Amino acid sequence: MAKTAAEKKKPTAKAAAPAKKTAAKSSPSTPISVPEAPPAVPGAKKVHVHYLTRVEGHGNIVVDVEADGTVSTCRWEVPEAPRFFEAMLVGRDYRDVHHIVSRICGICAIGHQLASLQATEDALNIHVSEQTHILRRLALHAENMQSHLLHIAYLVLPDLMGVDSVLALAQTHKDAVLKFIAARRVSNEFSRIICGRTTHPQRMTPGGFMQFPDTEGLVNLRTMLTQSLPNLEFAVDFFAGIMDRFPHFERDTEYVGLVSPAEYAMYWGEIGSTRDERRPVRQYRNMTREYIIPTSTAKWTKNQTDSYMVGALARFNLNAEHLRPMAGAAAQRMGV
Amino acid sequence: MAKPKIAFFDFAGCEGDQLQIANLEERLLDILDHVEVVSFREVATRHSDDYDVAFVEGSITRPEDEIRLREIRKNAKVLVALGACAAIGGINCLKNFLAENVYREEVYGNSARWFPTYAARPLKSVVHVDAEIPGCPIDPNEFARITKELLLGRDPWIPDFPVCVECKMAGNICRYEMGRMCLGIITRAGCNAACVSEGAHCWGCRGLVPGANLDAARIVMDRAGSDRKATQDLLRFFLGDTGAAL
Repeated sequence: MAKTAAEKKKPTAKAAAPAKKTAAKSSPSTPISVPEAPPAVPGAKKVHVHYLTRVEGHGNIVVDVEADGTVSTCRWEVPEAPRFFEAMLVGRDYRDVHHIVSRICGICAIGHQLASLQATEDALNIHVSEQTHILRRLALHAENMQSHLLHIAYLVLPDLMGVDSVLALAQTHKDAVLKFIAARRVSNEFSRIICGRTTHPQRMTPGGFMQFPDTEGLVNLRTMLTQSLPNLEFAVDFFAGIMDRFPHFERDTEYVGLVSPAEYAMYWGEIGSTRDERRPVRQYRNMTREYIIPTSTAKWTKNQTDSYMVGALARFNLNAEHLRPMAGAAAQRMGV
Repeated sequence: MAKPKIAFFDFAGCEGDQLQIANLEERLLDILDHVEVVSFREVATRHSDDYDVAFVEGSITRPEDEIRLREIRKNAKVLVALGACAAIGGINCLKNFLAENVYREEVYGNSARWFPTYAARPLKSVVHVDAEIPGCPIDPNEFARITKELLLGRDPWIPDFPVCVECKMAGNICRYEMGRMCLGIITRAGCNAACVSEGAHCWGCRGLVPGANLDAARIVMDRAGSDRKATQDLLRFFLGDTGAAL
C-alpha cells in the first residue's frame, strides 16, 4: 500500500502543503502509477498519492526520496479519462458548439461557454450588443463567485483547519460554514437569474441570449448581492486571520491571463504575461504552446520559465491595479 | 441504528453532478444528519471501501475504468448512476460516431498510443445499476428525493412521461410551433422542462422516456423542416448510446 504524505519532509520537493493529510487510496486500476513494491534501499521513502483529494479532476503525486534525502522523482500525473472534445465538435452546427464544450467542466461551465461563444463569433464576424457584454460579464462574475467560494471554503479550508472536509467543519465551525454556504447560494442564484443555471446554462447563444433576465430578477439580484456583502467580508476576515497557516512556498513562475487597460480583465482583453509581451487573443497558440507527456492525459504548457500558471492568482498578479476599492481593501487585509 | 454509509465516485465526466450535490447548500447538511459519507474525493480526504450506497458520475471510456467500476459494484449494496454520463452515456458518446483512430489523432497526434480509450458507454453496459439520477446536470432536488427514497428502502420513482407534459404545465410555447426542433417529445420528464423554459430546447439529457415512439418523433422532426443531419445531430447529443441516434 502507498504511504500517506502526512509526516514526510520533502527537502527539495515542489510539493503540496505539508499539513495535508491525504490518504492514499488503493486503486488497482491506474497503470501509470509507480509499482507498489517497497523501496529496495532502507531509509528511502516513497510517496504515492492516488487521486489527490479535494481538487477538481483526477491527479496523482509520485515522489521518491533516496536514503540520503535526495528527491529523485517528483512528478504530477493526470490519469483522468480523456473525452476528446476537440474531435466531437468537428462538423457540428455553430449553435451547438458552446453547449457541447460547456460539458468540459461542471464548475466552470460558464467560462467554457463564453470562450467558445467568443471564438464562434470571431470566426463568423458576429458582433454582440453592449447589453450582451454586460450580461455575459455578470454571468462570469456569478461563476467566479461560486467557483472561488467552492475552492476556498470546500477545497482549501479543510487543509488550513487540519480536518478531513468541510462536512466536518459543519460540526465544529457551524456558524462560519453556514455563512460560506449562504454566499454560495447567492452565487448560484446569481447564475440562475442571468443565464439559467450555474452548470451548463441554457440561455446563451452566438449573438446573444435566447432569453433575458427580467427587471424584477435583476432588482432582486442587486438586493441579494448587496445583502451578501457582510458574509463575503466575513470570509475575507476569516481567511485573513489564518493566513499564517498557508505554507510558505515560492517558485519562479510565469503568470498568464487576460489583461485590459480599462478593467480587471476576465471576459476579454489581450493575453498578458508577467514574463512575456502582450499578445492579441488570436495569437493564443503562441502562448499555450501545448505538449504531451505519457503520464498525463492533460496536455502541458511551457513558455518563458519552468512554471506557468493561469487562473485567479495569475489574473490578480496581472490586473491588481484595476481592483475596485472594496476588493483592493480585501486584498490588503489578506496581505497580498 | 448506524447511519447508512454512502460514497461518491467519478469516471469520465465534468464533475457537474457532484457540484450540484454541493449546490444543495444548507440542505446538504440536513442530508448529512441521516447518512455517513465515507468517500467523496472532491470534498473530503477520507476513504473507506465499506459503503452501502455508491453514487457514480461519469461514463466508462477505457478498459481500466471497468476494473475500478466492478470493484465499486462489489463493495456497494446499491449502485446509483449519477447524471447523464453515467446513466445513458451522455455527451461522451459523441466521439463514438467517429473512427477511433481519427479522434485519437485529432487530439493527441503521434502520442495517441499513450492513452488507452474505447467507445464511451454508460455504467449499465459494464455492471448492474440499481437506480439512476438522470440529467445533465442532475437536479439537486431530484437527487435529494431519490436519496431519501433509497434510504427508506424504496425503489425510487422517476417520471415515465415525456417532457412535453411539464412544458405544457409551465405554459411554454411549443418549439415546433416556433419552427424549431426539440427532443421533449421523447425525453423523460422530471426537469420541469427547464431548458425550454430558459429559452432553449430539449436536448434529451434525461434519456429516452419509456415507450418513446422514435418513428413518430422522426416524422414530426422531418415535418418541422430540418434536414436529416440536423435531426441526427440533435439525437446524438445525449442519446448516442441509444437506437435514436442511428
